[in-house]
Amino acid sequence: MTQVDSDEGATGAVGAALGTEPGSRTAVEVTLQRNSRQARAVSVVREAALLPVLVALIIVGALVSPVFFTVSNFSGIGLQASALGVTVVGESLILLIGGMDLSLEGTYGFAPMLAAWLIVPVAAFGSGADLSPVLGLLVLLLAGGCVGLINGTLIVKARLNGFIVTLGMTIVLAGLQNGIPKAQTLFALPRAFSYLGSAYWGQVPVSLVFTAFVFVGVGLFLRYHRGGRAIYAVGGNAEAARAAGINVDRVKISVYAAGGTLAAIGGLMEAGRVSAVTGQQGYGEGVIFTVFAAAVIGGVSLLGGRGNMLGAATGVALLSIVQNILDLANVSSYWIEAIDGAVILVALVMARVIGGKASQG
Amino acid sequence: MVENPQQPALAGEVPVAEAIGVYKQFGSTLALRGVSVALHSGRCLGLVGRNGAGKSTLVSIMSGIVAPDRGQVRFDGQRAPDLADVRAWRERISTVFQHSMVVPQLTVAENVFLNSQPGRSGFVDWKAMRAGTDRVLAEWGFSGVAAGAPCSSLTVEQRQLVEIARALAAGRRCLLLDEPTAALERAEIRRLFDRVRALVAAGVAVLYISHHLEEVFEVCDDVAVLRDGELVLAQTTAGLSKDELVAAMVGPNVAAMTTTTQQNGTEGRVHRDDGRPCLVVEHLSAVSARGAVRDVSLEVRHGERVGLAGLLGAGVATLARAVAGNQSWTSGKIEVEGIALVPRRPDKALKAGVGYVPEDRRAEGFVRMLSVGENSTMTIVDRLANRLGVLLPRKRDAAARPLAQKLSIVSAGLSQLVGELSGGNQQKVTVARAVASTPKLVVAITPTRGVDVASKATLLEALSSLASDEGTAVLLATDDLDDLVICDRVVVLRNGEVVAEFTDPPFEREALIGAIEGFVADEKATA
Repeated sequence: MTQVDSDEGATGAVGAALGTEPGSRTAVEVTLQRNSRQARAVSVVREAALLPVLVALIIVGALVSPVFFTVSNFSGIGLQASALGVTVVGESLILLIGGMDLSLEGTYGFAPMLAAWLIVPVAAFGSGADLSPVLGLLVLLLAGGCVGLINGTLIVKARLNGFIVTLGMTIVLAGLQNGIPKAQTLFALPRAFSYLGSAYWGQVPVSLVFTAFVFVGVGLFLRYHRGGRAIYAVGGNAEAARAAGINVDRVKISVYAAGGTLAAIGGLMEAGRVSAVTGQQGYGEGVIFTVFAAAVIGGVSLLGGRGNMLGAATGVALLSIVQNILDLANVSSYWIEAIDGAVILVALVMARVIGGKASQG
Repeated sequence: MVENPQQPALAGEVPVAEAIGVYKQFGSTLALRGVSVALHSGRCLGLVGRNGAGKSTLVSIMSGIVAPDRGQVRFDGQRAPDLADVRAWRERISTVFQHSMVVPQLTVAENVFLNSQPGRSGFVDWKAMRAGTDRVLAEWGFSGVAAGAPCSSLTVEQRQLVEIARALAAGRRCLLLDEPTAALERAEIRRLFDRVRALVAAGVAVLYISHHLEEVFEVCDDVAVLRDGELVLAQTTAGLSKDELVAAMVGPNVAAMTTTTQQNGTEGRVHRDDGRPCLVVEHLSAVSARGAVRDVSLEVRHGERVGLAGLLGAGVATLARAVAGNQSWTSGKIEVEGIALVPRRPDKALKAGVGYVPEDRRAEGFVRMLSVGENSTMTIVDRLANRLGVLLPRKRDAAARPLAQKLSIVSAGLSQLVGELSGGNQQKVTVARAVASTPKLVVAITPTRGVDVASKATLLEALSSLASDEGTAVLLATDDLDDLVICDRVVVLRNGEVVAEFTDPPFEREALIGAIEGFVADEKATA
C-alpha cells in the first residue's frame, strides 16, 4: 500500500499547484491572446492566398486583349462562372463532410433535361406533357434532391463506397439524359425556365447575383448555423460528432441531397445560358473535373472538415478568368485543355506554397 | 543552461546514440532547450516528463523525423546522417511508436523485412525472408507469432513484437520505445519488461519513454527527466526515490506542497437519495470485439462515483459504451433517470442526461480541425443556438470559457484547434465536452490513459467534484487502479460478468488486482 500512498501524494500536490495558478494567469492570458490573434491573421492570409494569383491573371488578361477589361467581358465571365459556382458550392459541402460526388455532373445535365422535356412542345423534342414552367422548375429541384438522396442513402445506410456509387450514378444519369429525349437537343425553352441563366439586370447577369447570394448564404450557414457547424464536425471526425449527439447519418444524407439540388440549379443556369439542353451538358463536357479543381484550388480539403466558401469562390473565379483569357487569346481549342490543366496544377502548387496546408488533399 | 545536469558518464565509452545540446522551437513555443541525452550499449534510459515537456519532440529528433534547430544527434560518435537519408537513419536507430506502424494487410515476415527484403536485384526471396523472420523471433523468444500470419490477425502486443523484431532483424542495436505499455494488459506488460531486460542484457541500447513511474524503476538503469523542454534530472535509477522523480517532473515550487484533493473528493459526497437510482442496468448482455458483457445488473445513485474495473477484454468498456448509447446490446435494458436508452443512439443517451468520455479520444473524443471552444460545447449546440439554429461564436465562447478554466485547459485561446494541443489537454477538452451539458450521469472510459501526472489529477478531480458538488452520478470504467481513488464503490468485471464489488474506500490494491486478474498465481500469469 505504501506505493499507492506516494502516488496520491504526488497527484494531490499537482492538483494544488493547478489550484494556485490563477495568480499568474493574467500574464499568460495576454500572450495567449496575442498568439490566437496571430493564428487568426495567418488563417486570413491562407484564405487570401489566391488573391495575388487572381490579380496577376487580370493583368495578364488586360495585356492579352483590350477586350478583357470591359464590363461586357466581365459580365460574360460572371455568366459562365455562375453555373460552375453553384455546382462548386454543392461539391464543397459534400467534400466538407468527407464525401465526394462525381454524379453532380450527371445531375447538372439530367435535371434540366428532364424538366425541359416535360415543359417544351413535341416539336422541340419535348414529351408532350406541356408542363407549366413553374412545375418544371419544381421537378428540376426535386430531381436534383432525389439523386442526392439516393446517393447519400446508398453511401451512408448501405455503406457503399462513395466514389463507386456516384460514378455509377453519373453513368446512369448520362444515359437517361440522352435516352429520354432520344439523343435530341431540347430547345424553345420558355422564358421562365431560361430566365435565371440568361437574363441581365442592367449589365449584371441575374445568375451571377443568384450565385453570389448562394455563396454568401451557404458561407454564413456554415459559419453561424448549428447545421453548418455539424457539417464541419462530421467531416472532421464523424465518430466524435456521433458521440457528441450529432445525427451523423442525417447530416450526411442531407448534404448529398443539398449538393444534388445545387447541381440541378447549376445545370438550369447553363441551359438558360445556351437556350437549350443538349445531351452533352454535364457528363459529356466533363464538368466534374473543373468542379473538383475549383473546390480544391480554393482550399477545400478532399479529406473533409476543412475549407470555406470564400476559398471556393476564389477557385471558381480563378478558373473562369483563365478560361476567358484563353478564349480571348484565340488559343486553338486543342491547346486550351492542356493549358487549362496546367493552370490548375500551377494554381494548386501556388496555393500550397503561399497558404501552407490550405489545399492539402 | 549552466546547470544542465549531465548523465553519469560511462568512462571511455562512446554512446551508441546521443543528442547534444538540442534546441527545437515550434511556432512560439520552445519545445526543447539545450537537451543532451546519451544511450549506451547495454543500458536502458528512461525518459519521463509531463505532457508537453518535450518527450515526443526529442523522440522525433532522435528518430530523424524532425531536425533540431541547434545542437546535433550523434551515432557511435559520428554525426547523424542527413534527414532526407531515411535509410541511413533506419540503419542506426529504430523507434517503436505508441501507434502501431505495422502494415496490417501484410504478413509478419513482410513487416519484419519491410523495405529491406532479402533477395536479388529487387526480387524478393520469400523463403529467406520467412527463415530470417523465424530466426529473429526464435532468437529473442518472441513465441506465438508465426512468420506467415497476416499482421491484422495479431494482438496489440504481438504487433509491437513485430516492430521490435524489425529493428533486431536489421541488426540495429539502438531502440526507442515510445510508451510501449500504453495499450498492453498487465500480463503483457510483464512479458514486455522481461524482453526489454533481455535486450539490454544482450547489449542493445534502449530509450524507454513512459508516463508510469513504476515502469521506469522496474526496467530502466538510468532516468532522464524533461520539464518544459529542459533536462532537469539525469541519474541512475538506483538510489533515486519515487518522490524525487515526481518532484523533478512537476517542478521545485510545486513538489513541496501537499493537499488532500482525494480526501476532499470522497468525503464531500452528496447523495441526493430520492429513492430512485440515476442509472439502472438490468440483465444486460452484449457482444463486442472489446469484450462481451453477460447478464450484468448495476445501479448508480445520484452523486455516487462507481468504478468499473477489469482487464481490457473483460467487458468493462463494452458496458460503459452501452450506457453511453454507443454500443448495441442483445438483451436487458438500461435506464437513465427512468428513460430507457436505445442501442447505438448516443444522441438519445445525451438527451436522457448522459455525458460521455470515450475510450479513444482521437477516434471519438474531439474534432481535430475545430477549436477548443467549439469542441467543448459540441454537446450543447441545441441550447446555444437560437430557434433558427443560428449559433454565434460569442455565445459559444461564453459557454466554453468556464469549462476551459475549470479543467485548466492550456491553449492559445478558445479558438485554437484541438489538434494542436498536447494529449492531456485534448483529453481535458473531451471531458469538457462531456460535462458541458450538465449531465445527470457521466460515463468515462479510461479517462487518464496516456495523460501526464498533472492532467491526470485535474481530470480525476473534475470528475470527482461533479459528484460531490452537483450530485452527478459517475461511472468510471478503467484498467488503471489509480483512477479508482475517486470512487465510492468499485464493481469488478471478469469475462463480462460481475465477479466482485468493493464498497468501502480506500480500496486495497492487492484485493482489487486479485479480483481483476481472477486470483491467478504469479507463475501462471506469465503463461
